[in-house]
Amino acid sequence: MNAATPASVQRASEWLRTNLFSTWGNTLLTLVGAWLAAKLTYAAVDWMLVRGVFQGADGTACEAEGAGACWPFIRAKFGLFMFGRYPDAERWRVLLTYALAIAGLVPLLSPQSNGKLRASLFLLGVFPVLAFVLLCGGVFGLAEVKTQLWGGLLVTLVVASAGIAASFPLGIALALGRRSQLPIVRWLSTGYIEIVRGVPLITILFMASVMLPLFLPPDATIDKLLRALIGVALFSAAYLAEVIRGGLQAIPRGQFEAADALGLSYLRKMGLVVLPQALKLVIPGLVNSFISLFKDTSLVMIIGMFDLLGIVQQSVQSDTKWFSPQTATTGYVFAGAIFWVFSFAMSRYSAHLERRLNAGAR
Amino acid sequence: MFDRLYDAKFRGIVLQVLLMAGLVALLYIIASNTAANLARQNVASGFGFLGRTSGFDISQKLISYENTSTFGRAFWVGFANTLLVAILGIVLATVLGFVMGLARLSSNWLVARLATVYVEIMRNVPLLLQLLFWYFAVLRSLPMPLDSHELWGGIFLNRRGFYFPSLFDGSLPHLGRFNVEGGTVILPEFAALLVGLVVYTAAFIAEIVRAGILGVPKGQREAAAALGLPAAQTLRLVVIPQALRIIIPPLTNQYLNLTKNSSLAVAIGYPDLVSVFSGTVLNLSNQAVEVILITMAVYLTLSLITSLAMNTLNARMALVER
Repeated sequence: MNAATPASVQRASEWLRTNLFSTWGNTLLTLVGAWLAAKLTYAAVDWMLVRGVFQGADGTACEAEGAGACWPFIRAKFGLFMFGRYPDAERWRVLLTYALAIAGLVPLLSPQSNGKLRASLFLLGVFPVLAFVLLCGGVFGLAEVKTQLWGGLLVTLVVASAGIAASFPLGIALALGRRSQLPIVRWLSTGYIEIVRGVPLITILFMASVMLPLFLPPDATIDKLLRALIGVALFSAAYLAEVIRGGLQAIPRGQFEAADALGLSYLRKMGLVVLPQALKLVIPGLVNSFISLFKDTSLVMIIGMFDLLGIVQQSVQSDTKWFSPQTATTGYVFAGAIFWVFSFAMSRYSAHLERRLNAGAR
Repeated sequence: MFDRLYDAKFRGIVLQVLLMAGLVALLYIIASNTAANLARQNVASGFGFLGRTSGFDISQKLISYENTSTFGRAFWVGFANTLLVAILGIVLATVLGFVMGLARLSSNWLVARLATVYVEIMRNVPLLLQLLFWYFAVLRSLPMPLDSHELWGGIFLNRRGFYFPSLFDGSLPHLGRFNVEGGTVILPEFAALLVGLVVYTAAFIAEIVRAGILGVPKGQREAAAALGLPAAQTLRLVVIPQALRIIIPPLTNQYLNLTKNSSLAVAIGYPDLVSVFSGTVLNLSNQAVEVILITMAVYLTLSLITSLAMNTLNARMALVER
C-alpha cells in the first residue's frame, strides 16, 4: 500500500488479506466459496423472480417450459394455508386470538417489564379459556366451528402451544418424580421418561390416533385434534422433564436444606424455593424444546390432520386445478419459509436470553 | 394413629401405595375397555398374526421376501431397511457434520458464513418438510422411465430410481418396454430419505462439533503452537481428541434422533419398519395394539444399543484422572 491510498481502503484490503486470501489454500477456498454462493443466490433469485410466474388463475399459467415459482398458487391458497376451512366470516376470531396471545407474550418476553406476573397469569389462566371460546364458539352467540374445519398454520400453532402448555405441568411432575426420595415414584417417572424418549414421535401419534379410542369405553368418541394434542403433550412432557431436571440439579443443596430448616412442606419447598430458581435457569432450554415441538407438530400430517404442512401437501398433490411442474416446489418453499421464520426467531430469542442470563451470573 | 400422618416415612409409603393402586386401576380400566372394544370388532389378540401370509409386496428388500411370505417376514424386511438407512445416515451425517462444524470455525470469512447459512436454514425447517421437498420436488422432476438419462453405458437415472450394474450377479441394466430392467437400483424413496436425514442431522452435528472445539481451552492450542506443531497436527493431535470428550454425549443424542427420525419414511413411502409394519401390516391385520407395541419395543432396543455403544466409546475417551 502506498501512502496515497485512503485509510479505509487500506483497512478493507488488509481485512480481505487476513480473512479471505491469507494463503494459497485459503484463496482457493474463497474462490470456490464465492462461486458456490453466487451460483446458489443466482439460482434462487432466478427461480423466484426472473422465471417466477405472478399472474394466472390456475396451473396452466405455470406450465410453460422453464417457468419458475408458481406464485398465483400461493395467492389463491393463502387463506386455506393460514386457516384451513375455518369459515371466512369467522376468521376474525382466529386473528383476535393471535392478538390476545401477542398481548400476553410481549410483556412476558421483553426484559424490562414489570407486568410479568400479570402477563403469565393472563396467559396461563385467562387466555386458554378465551382462546377456546373464541376458536370453538358455540356460546355467547358465536357460531360453533368444528375442529374438522380447522387447518393450516392455525392447527400448527394450536397443537404446538396447547401441547407445550399441557406438557409443562406434567414435565415438572416427572422431573420432580425422577429426583424423588420415594423409590416407586422415581422408577415410574424414570421409566416413563426413558421409554417416551426412546421411541419416535410418530409411533406415539399412531398410538394416540389408533389405540386411544380402544382404551376408552366403547361408546365414547374423542376428537381427532384432541387425540393429536394428547399424543404431542405426552411426548413433549418427557423431553421437558429432562430439561427441568437439569435446572433442579443446578440448585445448590443449601437451598433445599434451608427450606427444610424453615419447616416448609414438600410442595411449598418445591413451589416457593426450588422451582422458581430452577425454571429460571432453564428458560433457554425450554425455548429450544418449544422450537423442536413446533417443528415436530408437522408430523400430525401423517395421522391425517391438516396442519400447515399437511394442507400444503394436500394442495400440491391432489388439487388438479393447480397441477404444474412447479406447484410442489413453490408450496414447500412457502411452508418452509413460514416454519423457518418462526423457528429462527425463537432460536435467536433463546440465544439472546442465554447471553443475558450468563451475563447476570458472571 | 393420626400421629403417624406427621411421619414422613409413613406418608411416603402411603403415597406410593395410593399411586400404585391408582395406576393399577387405570391399567385395569384401559385393559378391560380395550378387550371389550376388540371383542366388538372381532379382533383376536395375540401374536399369532405374525405367521399369516402377508399378500403384499415390498419395493426394497435386503432379505428374501415374496407376497406369499408371512407378516413376521415383512417385519424383518422393514427392520433391515430401517437399519440400512439409519447406519448409512449416521456415517454420512457425521462426516458432513464435522466438515460443516470445522467450516463454521474456519478463519476464512466466506467459508464460515456459508456454513452458518447452511446450519441456520436446515435446522429451522421441519425434517418432514425437507423429506417431502427432496422426494416430491427434486426427485420427481427427473425424467419418466422411457426418457431415462443414460449417464454412461449401463447406468440409468429416472424418477423410478438410479440403476447401475449389479455387484452381485453382474447383470447390466438396459431399457425394457416399460422401465429399465436388470442391474441394481437405488430407489428414489431411499435416496430422498437418506439425503434428508443426513442434511438435517448434519446441521445439528455441526453445532455440536463447533461447541466442542470452542470448549477446548485456548491454552491447549497455544501450547501446541509453542511446541511448533503445524495447524493440521494441532487440530488432529491436540484439539480434536479433547473436543471429542465434549462432543460424544450430545452426538449420541443426534444418532438416536436420526434413527428415530428415519420412521418419517412412512410419509414418502420408503419401506422402513414403521411404513411396512405399523402401516401396511397394521391395516391388513387390524392388530393395532400388538403392532404398535412391537414397533416401540424395536426402537427402544435400538436406542438402548446405540446408547451402550456410545457410552463405551465415551468411557474410552473420557479424561483419566489420577
